[in-house]
This record gives sequence, structure tokens and C-alpha cells, in this order.
Amino acid sequence: MNKVVKNAAEAIIGLKDGMTLMIGGFGLSGIPENTLKELARIKVKNLICISNNAGVDDFGLGVLLRDKQLKKMIASYVGENKEFERQFLSGELDVDLVPQGTLAERIRAGGAGIPAFYVPAGYGTEVAKGKEVREFNGKMHLLEYGLTADFAIVKAKYGDASGNLIFNNTANNFNNMMATAGKITIAEVEELVPVGELNPNHIHTPGIFVQRIFQGVDYEKRIEFETTR
Amino acid sequence: MALDKTGIAKRAAQELQDGFYVNLGIGIPTLLANYIPEGMDVILQSENGLLGIGEFPEKGKADPDLINAGKQTVTAIPGASFFDSALSFAMIRGGHINLTVLGAFEVSENGDIASWKIPGKLVKGMGGAMDLVASAKNIIVTTTHTDRNGKSKLKKTCTLPLTGVSCVKTIITDLAVVTVTDKGFKLLERAPGVSVEEIKNATEGNLIVEGNIPEMNLQ
Repeated sequence: MNKVVKNAAEAIIGLKDGMTLMIGGFGLSGIPENTLKELARIKVKNLICISNNAGVDDFGLGVLLRDKQLKKMIASYVGENKEFERQFLSGELDVDLVPQGTLAERIRAGGAGIPAFYVPAGYGTEVAKGKEVREFNGKMHLLEYGLTADFAIVKAKYGDASGNLIFNNTANNFNNMMATAGKITIAEVEELVPVGELNPNHIHTPGIFVQRIFQGVDYEKRIEFETTR
Repeated sequence: MALDKTGIAKRAAQELQDGFYVNLGIGIPTLLANYIPEGMDVILQSENGLLGIGEFPEKGKADPDLINAGKQTVTAIPGASFFDSALSFAMIRGGHINLTVLGAFEVSENGDIASWKIPGKLVKGMGGAMDLVASAKNIIVTTTHTDRNGKSKLKKTCTLPLTGVSCVKTIITDLAVVTVTDKGFKLLERAPGVSVEEIKNATEGNLIVEGNIPEMNLQ
């Protein structure tokens, strides 16, 4: 079993036009920078992208958006991105806005083999349009479906050749669940360490969920809103 | 006189209790963190995966891997924990968060809230707001009583797309503290120097006034 690949180019072998991708990160925190750059370089197109946010105009998913590589976005919040706004309003980009907790749970469910579940979020709002409604314990709920992807692309602080991952601070966010929901999951890590070096008690994502792993290079780790005392 | 944002935040902070786990929305709610009474343990949750938000970092110490839900760099207090987004919303959806404080464009007299979308304007998305309002045990809205054009934000029914239905319990504005009852808004307190008449005029929904309405104590 060898999960280690050289770089992002090798990691995305088999990733084709029209596929559904999950991209980890919250804002610009914990995004798979190396793989996103490679996707922009090879100009793969018509992608359906599941990601909490859409990057900023010149960084992260924003670059794929700018180059019109995305057909559809499934996200909870897409502020901070002018090109997104333009493509959304002109109808070039199909957008499915999902409440953040529902999005997280749909990904968790998809990875855990749960096809559908009920949540209260969005009941009585436009999010409920066309959805089955059911009452539990006197409260109204919406039926929501699990999500999976052809490729899930995540970023961790540490990883090993077995695919075990450890995230750093709030850079975990959507990465942990997305890793479980990809037919192929690519993990790029800041430090790839020898098997046995990571404490099994500290693993966030067990290696079973990861098919390809590599140590990324030149992390920019851009900050969206640097706020200090 | 109507309160400023700081005044609203100060009054809202009086609703905190020792041991509360609290989620604060962007804007006025974020200011509450500055007015947590001394000696009171209040743990702030950030839905991107942090329980125990600390102060903003010192200059030069911002960590790109440590942000709040508004994507600002923050710190974590001693005893804080990090987790993924699914677990974060298990805290919210599971009713483990004691109090949610958020802003709003409109609140209706039955507790509906509209806070995420204005038709014809740019749609940014609801983020975690729908999950929060659908599941929090106690929801406080902090807002100005009227919008920039002087129109009441405390409505009979909301006109903007909803974030959640029948969920808001308390509204703290620059003019008043109001609670949502079966029969409409009930006036509990007035901002210092603001008359019941002024509050009535600024409230479109039914406003119940019973007995003497005390002034807020902001000391």
C-alpha cells in the first residue's frame, strides 16, 4: 500500500471535466493550496464544487471561478468575492446555498453511509422549497440528503504515509468530514512524517479515508481579515 | 436618548450567566465579549470550530490557522478546544449552546427573523445563521429599533426572506428591551430618557405595555 504521491499533479490523476469535488477550508483557513493551484493550471472544467466558501478574487477557489472552471457551487457563504457575484447574477454559475450546519452534516452523512436525515435549520424559509417536512417532538424538520464527491481534497498540518491526518487549530473545519466523503480523497499536508511518528491518540482523520497524500510546498496561508488588539 | 452600539452591547451582556456557552454573531453581538461581567465564566463558541474564543492577537502574532466565523484572526483562551464543522453544529443543533446573540434586518411579533438576504442586493449566503436560530434555546436579537430610513425593524410580519420562524425570544435595541409573547412584543425596559410613546411610534408590530416600564440600568 503506497498512498504517498510526489505532488499535486500526481495526486489529481483521473480528475476530469464535470466531476464533483469537495474542497476543504473555511474562508482561506485550511484550504488545499497546492491542489487548487494545480487544478487552475490544468484548466479542468465544468466542475461541481462543494466548499463552505468560494475563496477571494485572486486566491483559493476564487482562481478557478475567475477562469470559469466551475459549473456549480454548493456553499453556505460566498461573500468576499466579486467575480462570484458577477457570474451568479449573470446566471453563468449555478449556486446552491445551504445552511452551514446542514452542509457539514450532509458531508458527514455522505461519508458515513447515511443517505438522508432531518434537521430543523431552514424550516419556513426559502431553503425549505421542495423539501419533505416532518414533525419530530413538536418541531418541524426538513429532509436533507448526504453528499459525496468524486474527489475530496483536504489540507492538514501533519500526515503520514498511512494517510492519518492531524489538523491545526481552526484549520480543521470542513476538512475532517470531507476526507470521509470522497470516492478518492487527496490530502495535502504541511509535514509528511514517517509512519509511527504521529500519536494514534491525536489522529483526527484515520488513514482509511485517505487514498493519496503528499507534502505540499510554498504555503502562502493568506489571512482574509488580519485583526489585532 | 437612544443608545449607541456600545450601549446595546452593554445591555445585552447583562443577559449572560455564569457557565453559559454563547455564540455571538457579527456586528453588535461581537461587542458583548467586551462587557462580560468580571468573575463570570462565559465561553464563546465560533462555528468554524473553536470553543473558547480569546482576545484578538497581538500585532505580529496573527495565526492564519486561528480565525473566528467572521474570518478575523483571534486567539484561544486556556481550556479552549478545536473541532470540525460537523461537531461544531452538533453543539448548536443539539441544544448545547445556551445563548445565541445575533443581528437582524427585521423581527416579527411572533418571533420570525429575517437577517440574511435583501432581494435585489447581493446574496452572500446564510452561513450558520439558519442553523443557529433553528436550534438555540435562547435567541437574543440586538439591533437598532428602526432602519436608516426610520422604518421599524420590529414588524407585524417580516417582509424580507426569513432566516427562521418563531424563534426570537428577546430583542434589545437602541430604544428598548422587548420580549416576544403569544400576543406580540411586550415592552420590558426603556433606554434612559426614551419615552414609551417614542418606542410605540418606532414599533410597527403590536406592542404590549403593562404598568410602569423601568429604564435600563447600564451601570
